[in-house]
Amino acid sequence: MREMLLTIVAIVLVNNVVLVKFLGLCPFMGVSTKVDSAVGMGLATTFVMTLSCAAAWAIEHLLLQAFDLGYLRILTYIVVIAAVVQFVEMVIKKSSPELHRVLGIYLPLITTNCAVLGIPLLNAQGNAGLVMSVVQGFASGLGFIMVMVIFAGLRERLALVRVPATFSGAPIAYITASLLALAFMGFAGLVPAAH
Amino acid sequence: MLTAVISLAAISSGLGLALGLASRKFHVEGNSLVAEVQAMLPAANCGQCGFPGCAGAAEAIVDGSAAPTCCPPGGKVVAQAIADHLGITLAAGEDIRPTIALIQDHLCIGCTKCIKNCPSDAIIGATKQLHIVMDEACTGCNQCAEKCPTGAIEMLELPQSIHNWVMPQPARYS
Amino acid sequence: MPTIVIPPLRRLLQRWGVHPDSHKYPAAGLDIEDAGLPDMLRLPLSQHVGAPAKVIVEVGERVLRGQLIASTGGKISAPLHAPTSGTIVAIDEAVVPHPAALTDVAIHLRPDGLDEWIPLKSELYPINLSEREISDRVEDAGIVGMGGASFPSAVKLSLGHRSKVTTLMLNGSECEPYLSCDDRLMQENAHAIIEGARLILKATGATRVLAGIEDNKPEAILAMKLAAKPFPEVHIVKIPSRYPMGADRQLIKMLTGIEAPADGRAADVGVLVHNVGTAYAVYRALRYGEPLTERVVTVAGGAVSAPRNLRVRLGTPMAYLFERCGGLRVPPARVVSGGPMMGIGVQNLDTPVVKGTSGVLALAAAEVGEREASACIRCGSCVEACPVGLLPLEMAARIHANALGEAEEIGLDDCLTCGACGFICPSRIPLVQYFQHAKGELASRSREQKRLDTIKELTEAKAARIEREAREKAEIHARRKAERERAQAAEAAAKAARAAEKETEA
Repeated sequence: MREMLLTIVAIVLVNNVVLVKFLGLCPFMGVSTKVDSAVGMGLATTFVMTLSCAAAWAIEHLLLQAFDLGYLRILTYIVVIAAVVQFVEMVIKKSSPELHRVLGIYLPLITTNCAVLGIPLLNAQGNAGLVMSVVQGFASGLGFIMVMVIFAGLRERLALVRVPATFSGAPIAYITASLLALAFMGFAGLVPAAH
Repeated sequence: MLTAVISLAAISSGLGLALGLASRKFHVEGNSLVAEVQAMLPAANCGQCGFPGCAGAAEAIVDGSAAPTCCPPGGKVVAQAIADHLGITLAAGEDIRPTIALIQDHLCIGCTKCIKNCPSDAIIGATKQLHIVMDEACTGCNQCAEKCPTGAIEMLELPQSIHNWVMPQPARYS
Repeated sequence: MPTIVIPPLRRLLQRWGVHPDSHKYPAAGLDIEDAGLPDMLRLPLSQHVGAPAKVIVEVGERVLRGQLIASTGGKISAPLHAPTSGTIVAIDEAVVPHPAALTDVAIHLRPDGLDEWIPLKSELYPINLSEREISDRVEDAGIVGMGGASFPSAVKLSLGHRSKVTTLMLNGSECEPYLSCDDRLMQENAHAIIEGARLILKATGATRVLAGIEDNKPEAILAMKLAAKPFPEVHIVKIPSRYPMGADRQLIKMLTGIEAPADGRAADVGVLVHNVGTAYAVYRALRYGEPLTERVVTVAGGAVSAPRNLRVRLGTPMAYLFERCGGLRVPPARVVSGGPMMGIGVQNLDTPVVKGTSGVLALAAAEVGEREASACIRCGSCVEACPVGLLPLEMAARIHANALGEAEEIGLDDCLTCGACGFICPSRIPLVQYFQHAKGELASRSREQKRLDTIKELTEAKAARIEREAREKAEIHARRKAERERAQAAEAAAKAARAAEKETEA
């Protein structure tokens, strides 16, 4: 239990998927103009990540290792992730058409979100068990939601202030993101044993 | 080799089947957004947006082929409401000022053609009597002007008075 | 009987507001003089909050002073009386006190110089009138809030009656710089003001009068205290000088410590606030039967040669008042109708004095001190100054980003547009203009939305009507057809029967 909590803290803060591992930057920059849509995107990505971690573990252990098909890892993972994303899209379209519209192209793009592929691959590399895989997937999602909300909040404030013309738009957003990443570096060493 | 082909095929077909079932379960009848947007439009079916009626415009707005600002009778209010509902931002600086019809007294012959064609009953008058437009009910849809045999109807912007004047926004400090 | 003591603590805890230079002298030290009659009076029909008054006179008609020339235009409205005797020369558009110098319908009255009153119904002891009668006479006299808000006083009286008012507050704070009309009125007519307040007290059923007067008017406080001596229910309270002390919620908070709810009225906490000028007008209307035809106006500003308070007929153009005060020494940098903080910048000197005009100011360039706005340094001065406790810098940022809804969420509706934030701003950002813009824009949007809703209703009603008519037509058509067929069938049957009869006969 203690180890699990430590793992969650380590993944959310110390090894944050976006700001430390630099995975999933596309939705991080793309869907972070409004806090509401950032939360929606974060939840969808967390859901996909958790599910695909579980599915990837099953494929890894029941199929790839059993039949010695390690070279098919990326291919099979992508197929599974794509299916999960399709499923999430259907659910969102049914339950919240507004969110579906707001997320727009970024929703199908979760498929190619490197964080979603990266976490199961890291799990496979670390040879994590089923529970640990799911926990790591979920914790990465939590970390993703957290930085998305923080960054969207910052960008909402940025929209109100006067930014010099040279920096307005994407440049100031990148500067903010890099400052945020610097801040997250301060967490290094918080959980010495993990990772 | 064979195991690889079989296992990949099995995974793909299994997922395909699951997705197929899910799509049946989560099937969405029509697009609820279109109905919601249509409810926000003025329902005058005036055609000023270039679509056949408000239903067509609502569909175009939802799928993104038309801007929420395409509705002149609705003006800024409707555009803003739709944009908020769809979660999109309006292009700045696009100021749509609604117009209203004005009947020129000396040209009106009292034919009642405009009255019959007004979708919102905004014109009052009787045969061979001077007609008048009620500003409060006019959408500026131009249908009366098209039907007027003497060209007595002009479309005008609402005049500025102390009752509708709004303090302009001050220039941005640098 | 409750004794009124302001705990010094309360003053210390309330840290809102600003302290502009008062500039009240020399006008505050001189008697009120009569301004006399100009060549032409222009009386706009919307001199009050609510529906415009309805004209009941015709062009060319001769009217007497105090004669009704426009009647009440709705539930919230006020009538208008001729300020002097003369001829109605036109009922036409004229410039009104408005920041964009727009025009509105006004009655143009040319005085004949006789200044002849209509027969007046005076009342020796107006305090014996019934509550109803007081309220009716206040309404008939066309009295509105004289402090500048111009809300019809009779409406306020009946409102107070409905929501159980216990305290009547007399607003003698006069917190705007330059203005001293209330100050002078209190010094010269304290008895009349106290009598007027007692009449309002009777009309509303309240039990005590609290008159708040800022401590920069010691003579007025003394005069009011003397006049209030015989009446134990009237209390004169000295309050600190601070802007905007005269806003009703701020005055209530300073005098009683109660904060009126943002989404309610002052009457919800059992308080009704009236200006001292209003109390004076109520007294004149009930004691002497005089409708509201004149008011005290402060003519001041660095550009005016001899500033002073004048008793001015409604409708008098500003140019006449400046002439009356020795003309303008220098060309004014800004001319204001009302106080310098909340007044209306005027471009045309023909703008008339209306019921709510407390001052007419011609400010010299040095007094205006206009400087270009620079960037917000987030010092928070405006937050400290805001009497309502809002965040002006945040609201302005949202308004500038055109996110009016967000500005509303953080309290735009509670903004008084008092201008304290803009006054204190070290970057000279015109904050209050942002708020006025946003408020106007939101109001215009809600008006537009209402209009659209009406249109939608009408459109749907027409579509339903057309459909119904078509259906009825079809039904009638079907019925006629059926009848015709039935008749034909009956005829055929009769024919057949006749033929059969013939056959049998044969």
